[in-house]
Amino acid sequence: MAVVELKGVAKNYGGAHKNAKAANAVENFNLTTRDGEFIVLVGPSGCGKSTTMRMIAGLEANTDGEIRIDGRDVSQVAARDRDIAMVFQSYALYPHMTVYDNMAFALSLKKVPKPEIEQRVNDAASILDITHLLDRKPRALSGGQRQRVALGRAIVRDPQVFLMDEPLSNLDAMLRVDMRAEIIKLHRKLGVTTFYVTHDQTEAMTMGERIVVMRDGHIQQIDTPNALYHAPNNVFVAGFIGTPSMNFLKMTLGGDGKTLTGQTARMVASSERQSIEAHKGRDLMVGVRPEHLVLTTDEAAANLIKGEIDVVEPLGSVTMVQLEVDGHRITAQLEGDTSVRMGDAIMLTCDSARLHLFDAETEQALPRHEHRTETA
Amino acid sequence: MSNDAVANAGDTASHQGAKRHGPPVKRLMAPAVLFLMVWMIVPLAMTVYYAFENYNLMMPTMRGFAGLGNFEILLTDGTFWAALGHTLTLVMACLAITVSLGLVLALLFNKTFLGRGVARTLAISPFFVMPVVTGLLFKNMLLHPVYGIVSWAMRTLGFEPIDWFAHYPMFSVILMISWEWTPFALLILLTGLQSLPEDQIEAVRLDGASRLQEFRHIVIPHLGQVLYVVVMLESIFFLTSFAEIYATTSGGPGTATTNLPYYIYQNAFFQYDIGLSSAAAIAAVILANIFAFFLIRFVAGNLNAGGQR
Repeated sequence: MAVVELKGVAKNYGGAHKNAKAANAVENFNLTTRDGEFIVLVGPSGCGKSTTMRMIAGLEANTDGEIRIDGRDVSQVAARDRDIAMVFQSYALYPHMTVYDNMAFALSLKKVPKPEIEQRVNDAASILDITHLLDRKPRALSGGQRQRVALGRAIVRDPQVFLMDEPLSNLDAMLRVDMRAEIIKLHRKLGVTTFYVTHDQTEAMTMGERIVVMRDGHIQQIDTPNALYHAPNNVFVAGFIGTPSMNFLKMTLGGDGKTLTGQTARMVASSERQSIEAHKGRDLMVGVRPEHLVLTTDEAAANLIKGEIDVVEPLGSVTMVQLEVDGHRITAQLEGDTSVRMGDAIMLTCDSARLHLFDAETEQALPRHEHRTETA
Repeated sequence: MSNDAVANAGDTASHQGAKRHGPPVKRLMAPAVLFLMVWMIVPLAMTVYYAFENYNLMMPTMRGFAGLGNFEILLTDGTFWAALGHTLTLVMACLAITVSLGLVLALLFNKTFLGRGVARTLAISPFFVMPVVTGLLFKNMLLHPVYGIVSWAMRTLGFEPIDWFAHYPMFSVILMISWEWTPFALLILLTGLQSLPEDQIEAVRLDGASRLQEFRHIVIPHLGQVLYVVVMLESIFFLTSFAEIYATTSGGPGTATTNLPYYIYQNAFFQYDIGLSSAAAIAAVILANIFAFFLIRFVAGNLNAGGQR
């Protein structure tokens, strides 16, 4: 258990890359965990999340900044001396060793007495329900079982920090949901500070105590899942978190500081959450989540989006419809029993309090009054 | 084919369909089988036959069944036992040198450095030199007491040049064959190393292993299969080394570098004793089999022990 601090951590691969942007894999990464916190790093591929994790592990050297574990700067410490356990995407089990030996390996290197190794391996195996597999070789295991062994190999060591690099991405969808719950349970039980890398925002939202959203090597936002959902810092985070993605419409804020007008859509902005005074007469990106759009027949509604349905996806509990509005693709999540068909002209409305307003140029959220993000 | 059709008459229609449209396996394999018969089975059978015959080309009238006569002569011939010893020395020494040196080189070439491609090609090139040419190279250009580059280097440094093939014949032959075969070990071990997944190395590092432990517990077990292949193939080639010896020492001085193949050659083409040399050839086949048997046991045992720990 430990507090991990990252201060101005950067990774630059040097001039070997053709453009400078790609050479800077991670820039100015700042984060301080609480003891025993579960941090999820999420972002599209190539955003630097894995690189960040590998720098914490010591598999790659950080070219700038410092990494502290419980106050000790480990930037110059070799991976083997950092007391960090990592679960790899490919599991990276030792193929020539049995499950037992895989789990016991790190302990035997540390010259832990045999009875204690046995005790710890058996404990970990029973937590993960793999006791019956201890004599097998990895190749005789299924994907889910290998995953458990990989977790077991990490937990027997009782390390200061756990790192998990997309550990569930090689599992099928059902198993993934199960293992997700299991990893969370495991984390509660062990209380070890954990970094978890994923590109799946659902995984991030369900698992993370705090989530670090990254893009192109930069932190976009560090927040709790709720805060990311309700108060995204910018258009990228707003679009990345939540399924289906948030809808965006480019609209102009009227001189009254309230009315937003697009080509056909109209909205009334609420200044309750975000201060919009400074943006009178300017273009804004207006975001609204599909689940907050509802069908209406009131043509005089304050917030109104009109359009013709071109895709209907009935999912049973809900029905997704897509329409093209003012050159933007809009998705709405309607009640499951709504009877709509392709080609129907519909009107959608939403609560003004549900609108997210972003500066159209900088793509940053307009300043918020409340729900202030804790960090960032 | 007609027999097959009858035999498969009870099978499902789809199976028959597959059979009808499948490649004519037997007919396609026939040339290869025939080739093997003619080039391996027939000579082997002839060798076994001659080994029990009195057959000396210088005494064509003295043909006839010899019983175990040839083997009796063979087993009481001191040169045969010396040749056997030389063969084993040669195989063991060359295996030890090529495998260990090949492994070290493979580990080096597995790192990235400037000019690796060129260096790798150069390191592998001795393998492409014909054995006879290798022999001539070593005899006339490298180890020659007068014109050899080694002698030149020794003279330059103020030492007395050495006639390597005369004074250290076995050492020179081992050196030469190892030079020739280390690239083979390097090549195969390098491909083995390159198939080692990077994340396993990373996992073992995070598990707290030192470089040495990493090598001992991950790299060596991973190379197990590949090492096995290298040792197997090389020992077969070392057992049958001939051209290098023929081109350099001709089995001498005396019988200092006469190995089994050379002993067989001498008996067949200098003594014209086909019977005796066939008996020696049978002994060589038996030796190769014993060798392979122990080797498999040894390597397999080692691998399992490595996995257990």
